[in-house]
Amino acid sequence: MTDQPTPAKVNLAEEFDRSGVGPVLKQLDDELIGLTPVKQRIREIAALLLVDRVRQKFGLSAEAPTLHMSFTGNPGTGKTTVASRMSEILHKLGYVRRGHLVSVTRDDLVGQYIGHTAPKTKEILKKAMGGVLFIDEAYYLYKAENERDYGQEAIEILLQVMENNRDDLVVILAGYADKMDKFFQSNPGFRSRVAHHIDFPDYKDAELLAIAEGMLTKLHYKLSPEARRALSEYIPIRRGQSHFANARSMRNAIDRARLRQANRCFEARQEIDLDALVTIEAEDIRRSRVFAQAG
Amino acid sequence: MRITQGCFSFLPDLTDDQILTQVQYCLEQGWAVNLEYTDDPHPRNTYWEMWGLPMFDLKDAKGVLIELTKCRELHGDKYIRLSGFDSSHGCESIRISFIVNRPANEDGFRLERVEGRGRQQHYATRSYSLDRPEGTRYA
Repeated sequence: MTDQPTPAKVNLAEEFDRSGVGPVLKQLDDELIGLTPVKQRIREIAALLLVDRVRQKFGLSAEAPTLHMSFTGNPGTGKTTVASRMSEILHKLGYVRRGHLVSVTRDDLVGQYIGHTAPKTKEILKKAMGGVLFIDEAYYLYKAENERDYGQEAIEILLQVMENNRDDLVVILAGYADKMDKFFQSNPGFRSRVAHHIDFPDYKDAELLAIAEGMLTKLHYKLSPEARRALSEYIPIRRGQSHFANARSMRNAIDRARLRQANRCFEARQEIDLDALVTIEAEDIRRSRVFAQAG
Repeated sequence: MRITQGCFSFLPDLTDDQILTQVQYCLEQGWAVNLEYTDDPHPRNTYWEMWGLPMFDLKDAKGVLIELTKCRELHGDKYIRLSGFDSSHGCESIRISFIVNRPANEDGFRLERVEGRGRQQHYATRSYSLDRPEGTRYA
């Protein structure tokens, strides 16, 4: 770095364009509805990395910042989706070398007998080198009620690698907020090594409707105006029922609506046109169990 | 006597950075990288001890270097070689192989003359290190 001539001025906008991260951030904005605090945080991280790179050009010390993150939020709030985007952004900014995402859960890290855990965990860590390791439902690694649980061993190896190979991989821990809090409390090592705690808020009703419509458009379906009204009535009712999982519930609702639509078309036993094939009618949604249970 | 075999045998030993670059090339070709070590460096000894399983599905060379560092910690006084296995149809064999670690003192080989039937002369090469039992050969 020192043998390069120090530039007098650096155009940040130009630097930003060159990094190629702009399109990724824009895609994140366009494709992911809502999630304002999350997008804000990602933009901040991107800015920090960019400024760090420019600082390096001026010969200022720029020790690689710790970028291990924790994503907390209710089911279906987009944690995995954002994680895969995150690896792309970090790669574009030159923070990770390859930019692939290795997504694991407890089963992939923790072994079944003594001496099985360490090789298993190290294997995964080797695969994640140069990319992002995404640990879903990370709190299952630690089981407070069983002190001989092998999860502890995996945690120790993880912590060691998170510290020693900070510039080789980024670890993202994800899970539901309350359980993650407990996990961090019982593993202070993790808390101090994870720099960014990002909370994923629940989607609002209007956002869920937009998400559902986005999914349908991707599948080449559309909602008739009545169906749209039916769906907007559906969302608050579904939210009040058990096992509500935000965007994932919407996807399931859509899948079932598609089933009913297909069945309706089939039962009619008539010639149908393209419009009928792509349109989801109100009755496809109103026949849902959700409405029946709401009474 | 400096033992050479495999790729780059005419070059000085590769540095870790150079090894990293070669390994990255292997991974980009889709080859599985494997580490092996031995203290019997005879050229006809093709079966070296394996250091763990071949590393499949890696994306970045750093993972291999971590294993190499660990292998050196334990077997730093032996020969370690790194090989890349190409599993694609029609090849299914080693594509690249080079030495990544060697003992500080390399004994070399002596020529042994063996008399066969009818006083026919046979020759054999034998590493001096083989005079000592396994595990203490280069210690």
